[in-house]
Amino acid sequence: MTLDWIHFTPWTALAGGVLLGLASAAFILLNGRVLGISGILGGLLVPRRGDIGWRASFLIGLLLAPAVLALVAPGLIRAPRIDAGTVTLVAAGLLVGIGTRYGSGCTSGHGVCGLSRLSPRSLAATLAFMAAGFATVYIIRHLI
Amino acid sequence: MNRLIEFLVGLLFGIGLLISGMTDPGKVLGFLDLAGAWDPSLAFVMGGAILVGLVAFTVAKQRTRTFLGTALHLPTSRDIDRRLVLGSLTFGIGWGLAGFCPGPGLVALGAGEPKAAVFVAAMVGGMLLFELVERRAKKAATPTAGA
Repeated sequence: MTLDWIHFTPWTALAGGVLLGLASAAFILLNGRVLGISGILGGLLVPRRGDIGWRASFLIGLLLAPAVLALVAPGLIRAPRIDAGTVTLVAAGLLVGIGTRYGSGCTSGHGVCGLSRLSPRSLAATLAFMAAGFATVYIIRHLI
Repeated sequence: MNRLIEFLVGLLFGIGLLISGMTDPGKVLGFLDLAGAWDPSLAFVMGGAILVGLVAFTVAKQRTRTFLGTALHLPTSRDIDRRLVLGSLTFGIGWGLAGFCPGPGLVALGAGEPKAAVFVAAMVGGMLLFELVERRAKKAATPTAGA
């Protein structure tokens, strides 16, 4: 195995991770809910009375994050590298949408919150999507 | 009050994703590419998040109400079933294809990235498709089978 030292950013990764942890902590301890993006968005697509406001507020905050960070600390914003073309993006979006709803969670709900809760169910989910992610990139980059 | 907290938590989570590098699909794929030049950064993201999360959820497990006095909902399902594993595998394939998971996709959309808009539109389509199939399956089941 070779390490990509050029792109390796342990400190911003750790700092960003701590912020994700703090947000998850505030959400469970103040709002009483597990912070899982796919669940929050998915629930908004089948709206039920009294169950819309908190989801919408959270998602608006999430969408405005780039604008706010650009105001307070523009130096921390990096230009994303998106190599995928339209067909790949559509296929990826469909698989992510169906998969996260069918598996009841994604990187935030199962990966961060679930592992923090020491939930065996979330550990199984995390191992499954990580393994599938590793395998998919291996097939695309090294076999095809 | 609660709406404001939810907004601020969403904002904080989005900023965390931006600083960590999760909103850069190139970086995510660099982490998922074990056989190439491997970028271990995302393991540090998960590590930092779980470090804080462990403390928070240890506290949460001992409570039935939040610090604001509202109900605290912790997941009760413990089944490791076909749905969980197949769903997660499907999600992982999609994640590996483009390097976007749901949160970073939404944040990149918020940044005005056109490719993220394509991804999010397809993701919402996938979620709606799931709801449609679920609803049909529920209708097909006998009423006595329960909800």
